[in-house]
Amino acid sequence: MIMNSGIPLEFYLVLATVMFFTGIYGFLTRRNLITMLMSVELILNSVNINFMAFNRFLFPGKLEGHFFSLFVIAVAAAEAAVAIAIIINIYRRFTTINVEDVNQMKY
Amino acid sequence: MEAKQIMFAIFALVIVVFSVLTVTSRRILRAAVSLLMVLIATAGLYFLLSYQFMAAVQLTLYAGGIVVLIIFSILLTSQISHKFERIETKKALFSALAAVAGAVVVITTILNHSFSADSAAAAEVDMHLIGHSLLETGRDGYVLPFEVISVLLVAAMIGAIVIAKKGSPHKDEPAK
Repeated sequence: MIMNSGIPLEFYLVLATVMFFTGIYGFLTRRNLITMLMSVELILNSVNINFMAFNRFLFPGKLEGHFFSLFVIAVAAAEAAVAIAIIINIYRRFTTINVEDVNQMKY
Repeated sequence: MEAKQIMFAIFALVIVVFSVLTVTSRRILRAAVSLLMVLIATAGLYFLLSYQFMAAVQLTLYAGGIVVLIIFSILLTSQISHKFERIETKKALFSALAAVAGAVVVITTILNHSFSADSAAAAEVDMHLIGHSLLETGRDGYVLPFEVISVLLVAAMIGAIVIAKKGSPHKDEPAK
């Protein structure tokens, strides 16, 4: 096991895995658009932890993982802004953000 | 146990507990605050990995920006006192099954794989190096993704304004 200040790489990876699949569980069970968005944020965040841990432990001289998670955060910010605009528009039209009640375009 | 290991244990505990609370809490504002705690603990992990710049970005952009955006939209669209109804047992069971099965597969893969170590000393990342590589055009430069991401942010901002602004009252009759 690779150690860096007493913490092996696997600890970070397992922690990120737990966080990722908690996000998956939330995405499958939640029926409110904002809580689904929060689950997606959890998933994106766990991937960022993976990038940073790999960068630090396997390629400490380089910065690829560092910049990749920087760009992931920027894309997540853009995604959250657009998603919340859509959610507010949906709320204005249907007065609910429950995905099961928003089915006008379903058929 | 070293101090860093204790810190890692605390951050890991906070991340696991508050991740579960984020996806299971029946009050939406509590879920948002749990998400905030998860994001702050993640910034702590970045500090442990001695990526100070990324930890600062995580705190300002994620914990500061996105969570505030989410809380604003919760206040605009939800009743604070409203509690979600319980999830059907069947749906919760199968979702948990899918999540646990996926987690087991991934964790066994991680633990069985031996990562090749790079013995280079873990150094702190110089802030000048980050700035220079972000705007460099050469082999280790990131100016192209930097510019693409700035165009994406402008597009997202304009798109958000166009989507969220009120349309003319004749066209946008709410469908009731």
